[in-house]
Amino acid sequence: MKALAARRQDRRAPLVLLLLALLLTGAVYAVVAPPSADASAPAATGDDVETGRQIFQANCSTCHGPNAEGTEWAPSLVGVGAAAVDFQVGTGRMPMQNSGPQVLAKDVQFTDEQITQLAAYVASLGAGPAIPTEEQVDPAGGDPANGLSLFRTNCAMCHNAVGAGGALSEGKFAPALLETSPEHIYEAMLTGPQSMPVFNEATLTSQEKQDIIAYIEAQKEPSPGGLELGSLGPVSEGVWAWVVGIGLLIAFSVWIGAKSS
Amino acid sequence: MSTHDHGHDRPQGDVALRGAGGTVGAAGVPARFEDPGLEPHRPRRSDLDPKAAKRAERQTVVLFGVSILGTIVFLAGYFLLPLGSSEAILRSNLALGLGLAFALLGIGTAAVHWAKSLMSDHEVVDERHPVQSSPEVREIAVKALQDGVADANVGRRGVLKGALAGSLALFPLTIAVPLIGELGEDWDVSKFKHTWWKAGTRLATDPDARPIKASDVTIGSVVHVIPEDLEEAEHVLDEKAKAIVLLIRLDERDLKPLPGREGWAYQGIVAYSKVCTHVGCPVALYEQQTHHLLCPCHQSTFDVSEGAKVVFGPAKRPLPQLPIEVDSEGYLVAQSDFTEPVGPSFWERLK
Amino acid sequence: MTTTTTTPTRTGRAAAATADYLDQRTSVGGAVKEFARKVFPDHWSFLLGEVALYSFVTLLISGAFLTMFFVPSMAETEYTGPFATQEGLHMTEAYASTLRLSFEVRGGLLMRQIHHWAALIFMASIVVHMMRVFFTGAFRKPRELNWVVGFTLLILGLAAGFTGYSLPDDVLSGNGLRITDGVVRSIPIVGSYLSYMIFGGEFPGTDLIPRLYTIHILLVPALILALIGLHLLFVVLHKHTQFPGSGRTDKNVVGYPLFPVYVAKAGGFFFVVFGVLALMGATMSINPVWNYGPYDPSPVSAGAQPDWYMLFLEGSLRLMPGGAEVVIAGYTLSLNVLIPAVVVPGLLFSLLALYPFVEAAVSGDKREHHVLDRPRNVPFRTAFGVAVLTAFFVLVLAGSNDLIATHFRMSLNDITGVLRIAFFVAPVAAFWMTKRICLSLQRKDRELVLHGHESARIVRFASGEYIEVHKPLDEHERWLRVQHEAIRPLEIEPAEDARGVRRKGYRSDALKQRVSRWFYEDRVEPVTPAELVAAHSHGEHDALEAVPVEQAPQLTGGGRHLVEPTDPDAGDRRA
Repeated sequence: MKALAARRQDRRAPLVLLLLALLLTGAVYAVVAPPSADASAPAATGDDVETGRQIFQANCSTCHGPNAEGTEWAPSLVGVGAAAVDFQVGTGRMPMQNSGPQVLAKDVQFTDEQITQLAAYVASLGAGPAIPTEEQVDPAGGDPANGLSLFRTNCAMCHNAVGAGGALSEGKFAPALLETSPEHIYEAMLTGPQSMPVFNEATLTSQEKQDIIAYIEAQKEPSPGGLELGSLGPVSEGVWAWVVGIGLLIAFSVWIGAKSS
Repeated sequence: MSTHDHGHDRPQGDVALRGAGGTVGAAGVPARFEDPGLEPHRPRRSDLDPKAAKRAERQTVVLFGVSILGTIVFLAGYFLLPLGSSEAILRSNLALGLGLAFALLGIGTAAVHWAKSLMSDHEVVDERHPVQSSPEVREIAVKALQDGVADANVGRRGVLKGALAGSLALFPLTIAVPLIGELGEDWDVSKFKHTWWKAGTRLATDPDARPIKASDVTIGSVVHVIPEDLEEAEHVLDEKAKAIVLLIRLDERDLKPLPGREGWAYQGIVAYSKVCTHVGCPVALYEQQTHHLLCPCHQSTFDVSEGAKVVFGPAKRPLPQLPIEVDSEGYLVAQSDFTEPVGPSFWERLK
Repeated sequence: MTTTTTTPTRTGRAAAATADYLDQRTSVGGAVKEFARKVFPDHWSFLLGEVALYSFVTLLISGAFLTMFFVPSMAETEYTGPFATQEGLHMTEAYASTLRLSFEVRGGLLMRQIHHWAALIFMASIVVHMMRVFFTGAFRKPRELNWVVGFTLLILGLAAGFTGYSLPDDVLSGNGLRITDGVVRSIPIVGSYLSYMIFGGEFPGTDLIPRLYTIHILLVPALILALIGLHLLFVVLHKHTQFPGSGRTDKNVVGYPLFPVYVAKAGGFFFVVFGVLALMGATMSINPVWNYGPYDPSPVSAGAQPDWYMLFLEGSLRLMPGGAEVVIAGYTLSLNVLIPAVVVPGLLFSLLALYPFVEAAVSGDKREHHVLDRPRNVPFRTAFGVAVLTAFFVLVLAGSNDLIATHFRMSLNDITGVLRIAFFVAPVAAFWMTKRICLSLQRKDRELVLHGHESARIVRFASGEYIEVHKPLDEHERWLRVQHEAIRPLEIEPAEDARGVRRKGYRSDALKQRVSRWFYEDRVEPVTPAELVAAHSHGEHDALEAVPVEQAPQLTGGGRHLVEPTDPDAGDRRA
């Protein structure tokens, strides 16, 4: 029995060690590195982290817990990164107002500075994706043709071919992208908010993300064909054919069939 | 055919009133009302007032003028507006289209206005006759057919009739058989049951064919996958249509592998065919939180955490799973081809 | 028509000479005599078929333009051109040439958009025209065969639309073809082979676009053209139907002559239809294929739907629960696809095609009809038509359920659940309601004939009683409301003859009678002169004694509140 126990211990030891080492690295990294992970946003100082912590305590801790460790109702924010905060708070999704199938974008509740501070605080809790630089999200640096290929493979099934949005199950939906800022689009891909999957560097490189942003930006140009009818595809075209086309033609028919006065 | 004179020979009196007045007894009331005949013609303004007629004529001329103007706009747009950027195409399309529309609508409305206000609007009555031909004509026709049949001498020649019918029925086969025979090319429908995946084929991103390391797939991410060597296929799109796969990483605790498929996933990474088992649309909407996969065409919903079983919609079968593992360099590879045919059901699927 | 000169003008002489030249070689005079002054009745709804005809002509004109630039090939090519989002993409020649003719051919995009809008309007106008024919009973003898011709045109229109929609070889139409492949494969026994036959091997293959192209620009249009010819030949042969009204009977046709009135009106209407389509093509983007990109089996986009006329099929597929797929002796029978894609549309379309024959059988009516029915006067038919339309509409809604979900913030799953029930309940409810509404409208007609219009003139009697004076209908107004006959259920011979021998064919007659009762049991008979007389004398009963008969015309009508004032001057004392 003793021998058996010893062997068992033997086998487990490296694993435990590895875990400990990982934890230690993580902890060290968390202490040393987080602010530098964010090169674009105004450099987060210790003050920012502290102010961010206070904003967090006042506005977010009810759901996310006093130390953002998560509660029954809301996920832990350790390791979600500054990008997630900038997206969720910057689009007004957080703080969440009422529960429903999904959290909706609304008026932003904080100033840009406060959002930066909040992001700095959350980033200080554990390593996670940083807010992208202005250069990274500049549509001019992307190739819209490659963007089309990537967008239709990875995004169009939910967000529609040109980003007009679409339905998911049980009342959830993929929002329209035409009003969304390139920065938020980038952050959404990076962090995978709510139903959306995560697209990390391996799935879509930063250049590819930029290509996608370039493609979405290109959709803001006028459509060569005229009014876009919501870019919703054949159903809206059918509605317009009936309302405008058949409507006008019946109006003309009535005029032709009516007796002249 | 005669222009109705709109007069009424019958007295204008009211049947009902006469009844009520007691002038016609109950016995004298007809069973049905009588058709009072055409309403009197009401003249139009342009019939009565020469000025109105003149005005209508002027309006018609203006409408034809609009048409001519439209054609000029069209031609000007054609020669002056270049194509190029989206805006330029939009401008050209708008100018040409509006020019054409006015050119056409001008003629159309002018002609109708002319007909309505200047041409005679006296209603004309035309008689109808029964559609069937008159008895005399029918008699002649029947006779002609009977004579023809008699002349042809087919009445008692059964074999002749059979031979005629048989040859006529058979000869179209000379066209139909090769046509249908060649349409399906090799007719090897067993191809439905195999895909490009083989043991050891690396999973790669669609469309760039970058192989994927297991360590690069974070929890909650989804990768659209093709076989790395797909480009080597003879018919790339045909193979791609069957081989597309969705790679998803779940928290291992959420994953409930089906019995017999315990080794098919790798650290919470699972790969499922992207071709819907309903009618074959790409099932591509992955909801990270519910682990549901939704088909955007007919909304069949599959639960990735439980072997992609159907939880909603018109599909019956779960999505086929591609067994995967990791090769020596850490890249995800297929253990084998799919173990069942991918895509929509067909009659001999299980044979 | 405006100027009639007695001395022939130069143009007049030239026209006469040309006519003479032609007639000596073609005996065209006979045709002119027959057709020039042919009478057509006037009504806006008679122009709906013309909309279909003219959008078809527009389709031919714009389509011929497009064929000059479209390349029906699935050979692969790489795009270089002015459109940034497509630069360097791999695509088929079909897709590349669609981009080229849109962006690099002046007027090409306009023609493409006109062509596509015309296709949508072509199908929509066929449906509206068919509704007019159905609800007014224009399919009755002698026009049953022409109904079948029209129905076939509808089906050919669907085929033309479907084959054309797929030609640009973009992702949206490609996924449509993929669904087609899935549906074809579900057909028992031959499904897989049919799929191979269509695609020339596996989906997508490289044969499909050229095959669809030939069907789209040659076979289907040729058939449509031939059947349109037949359709119009029947119209000329039967002469056009007319709405009921005084002077309009089954033995005449009242309207305006072909030359010049209809040459101008119908000819002008062609330009109007083409003009409206040009207006749509100029201002509204349709099927922007560059948004979807060239076909690739992997991508798909939200809002993946077919054109509106195929939407019912998409909806039908979406509504069907998946459990219906069964395996029998090792063979898979995909009832979850077969029922919604084949059985349901088959049933709905068969009902539509066969209805005239069913109605003719159960009404036992063998007469020719040239005066149309007012829909209210045939409650069963109207209700039945509305029920079938409702079923189609539920399917169309189901086909758009994702857009309904996003635009009205509802759950996709809930919408599908509700529509699954609605598909069965809504047509029944619509049938019942429409029938009630028709019967009520008929009763209202009776009421109007018997009692006249409300005149809004209130009269007070010396006794203090108020009444409203009713104005009787003039004879033309009345005729419109009493001209029809209410069809009664079939009477059949008894099962046994006088000697107690069971008669042959009794069972089928009895079935016919049962259906006939279902059709015609509930009915409202039009007012007869006797009833009108009775209504008036009824009014008289209520009146007090000394009613001067000469007052009657202004205050007639009968009924309780239509009593004559006791005081002859009371009419002037308005309340």
